[in-house]
Amino acid sequence: MLEKALVGSKKYYALVFFLAAVFLVGFFFFLKQLKFGLGITGMSRDVSWGFYVAQFTYLVGVAASAVMVVLPYYLHNYKDYGKLTIFGEFLAIGAVTMCLLFIVVDIGQTHRLFNVLLHPTPNSMLFYDMIVLNGYLLLNLICGWTALHAIYKGTKYPDWVKPFIYLSIPWAFSIHTVTAFLYAGLPGRHFWLTAVMAPRFLASAFCSGPALLLLLIYIVKTFTRFDPGEKAIKALAKTITYALLANLFLFGCELFTAFYSGIPSHQFSIKYLFAGLHGHMKLVPWMWTAYALMLIAAVLFVIPKTRNNLGLLPLLCILVVIGTWIDKGMGLIIGGFIPNPLERITEYMPTFPEVMISVGIYAAGFLIITVLYKIAISVMESRGLI
Amino acid sequence: MGVLSKGEVKAYAVKPSEKGLTAGRWAMVIDTRVCRKHEPCEECIHACHHLHNVPQIPYKKHEIKWIWKDEFEHAFPDTAHEYANEVLKDREFLLLCNHCEHPPCVRVCPTKATFKREDGIVMMDMHRCIGCRFCMAACPYGSRSFNWRDPRPFIKNPNPSYPTRMKGVVEKCTFCTERLAEGKLPACVEACKHGAIIVGDLADPHSEINKILREYFTLRRKVHLGTGPSVFYII
Repeated sequence: MLEKALVGSKKYYALVFFLAAVFLVGFFFFLKQLKFGLGITGMSRDVSWGFYVAQFTYLVGVAASAVMVVLPYYLHNYKDYGKLTIFGEFLAIGAVTMCLLFIVVDIGQTHRLFNVLLHPTPNSMLFYDMIVLNGYLLLNLICGWTALHAIYKGTKYPDWVKPFIYLSIPWAFSIHTVTAFLYAGLPGRHFWLTAVMAPRFLASAFCSGPALLLLLIYIVKTFTRFDPGEKAIKALAKTITYALLANLFLFGCELFTAFYSGIPSHQFSIKYLFAGLHGHMKLVPWMWTAYALMLIAAVLFVIPKTRNNLGLLPLLCILVVIGTWIDKGMGLIIGGFIPNPLERITEYMPTFPEVMISVGIYAAGFLIITVLYKIAISVMESRGLI
Repeated sequence: MGVLSKGEVKAYAVKPSEKGLTAGRWAMVIDTRVCRKHEPCEECIHACHHLHNVPQIPYKKHEIKWIWKDEFEHAFPDTAHEYANEVLKDREFLLLCNHCEHPPCVRVCPTKATFKREDGIVMMDMHRCIGCRFCMAACPYGSRSFNWRDPRPFIKNPNPSYPTRMKGVVEKCTFCTERLAEGKLPACVEACKHGAIIVGDLADPHSEINKILREYFTLRRKVHLGTGPSVFYII
């Protein structure tokens, strides 16, 4: 099927070359980082994780959200998701690849990365994160590719793949749960030390991921004959609605615990993010933007008239994607480090090379997604399915 | 050493020196009253940082420190309050790795590059560290530093008998394991002419350090987190 990726329209080639070029620019900055060290980024002794780890966290969510189309289709036989499932799985493949790349660029001694395999350490959550992320990548490759290959051959997917499909469902939950456990088990980081961390991660994943999937599907729909059908789009919009409400609800729970209990250390990070702390307020406009976007989106998603307006839906999805991205990709990780364990404040903003490396990784991920989507659409076209 | 074949030698475990100082669990008491009497004094800090080739990086975000001083409200943020007396407010506290009984940094390290020895010292293997900085996120005392760039240009007067580090690894106080092995006390203890820092065996009920702990009121940093710090402060 891979040959389908090699022939396409001029627009397809242009997109592929554009993404490859952006990736190379990012790679150039990564070489500079290798030479100088991670000091090229905005990270510091106090804010020791930054943009890279935050993007990693956000994208684990995007990857996990594939389960929101896989689960209804395979467990509940929800036929309308038939065509969408493969696109969900392929989005997951791109997202997990980006996650792994963000880990690679965040490591101080890049060439020692495989020490994690050489000296496996089961008491470290990173050990499990390595297993679940690579496992999830493999599962989606197997399930997505076999399903598409069945379409290619004009048959039903083989029976041996079924256990892998069923396994991929709890596995999707596991990747984001383990990722939440990276943060939620650290003493002295009060912003992260909360039992609702994993549920909140899953809620924000299950609204941001499907919103991104819908946006991609809209783009695909514009340029090809592919159409997942109105029913599928509206069903996915409902999933986004519930997950977005759950996400906001869980954030409300955090606010209640921190402010009703009155424990200062539980409030510091939240205050820093939304009001500023001792005059430090770099993230305040970002966080208000994030929550304003999510709240507006929540209202518009709840009202059936706006949610079911297929012309308006992409705009709502953009609100969700940007809102959740700022919340998780900026606020959550950086906020956890401010103030530091000695209650001193060092602020953080990513530097230009850091942003370029990140953009390069996004380009690599979207390149993978573009190629996989192209193959899927060409296969469907060749079978006369679209 | 037994020669196996040309160019190969069999490795043996290093036999500890007979002069070496040992303990069931190493611990430290810092008498902050003595420190206060001799302010401003940073001899222990200078001795440690010189001996261990800790670079002096002027850019604060990339700073590396093994032992340093801070005020009460930052050293003990959950104990400090606004009605504390002047003595407590003025006093500066020596801060370093607490060599915890249950170290969160060891728990999270994905390669065992940081590990707890049988004598309670939390050690670093700088050659195994991949630089993921999980330990820095886990340490509730801010005791760990990361080499954001090559530290060597910032070591003014390098000590050739102790290794320097490379960029991309985490480092911290090692309780001077290299000196204990030779029968010497940690550098900070030796550097303090006023005897403000005492080390000893917490596991031995008859040790000097246990006598001091029984006699004086001491504080440990953030005990409520359950890490079991091995550094005690006489107030």
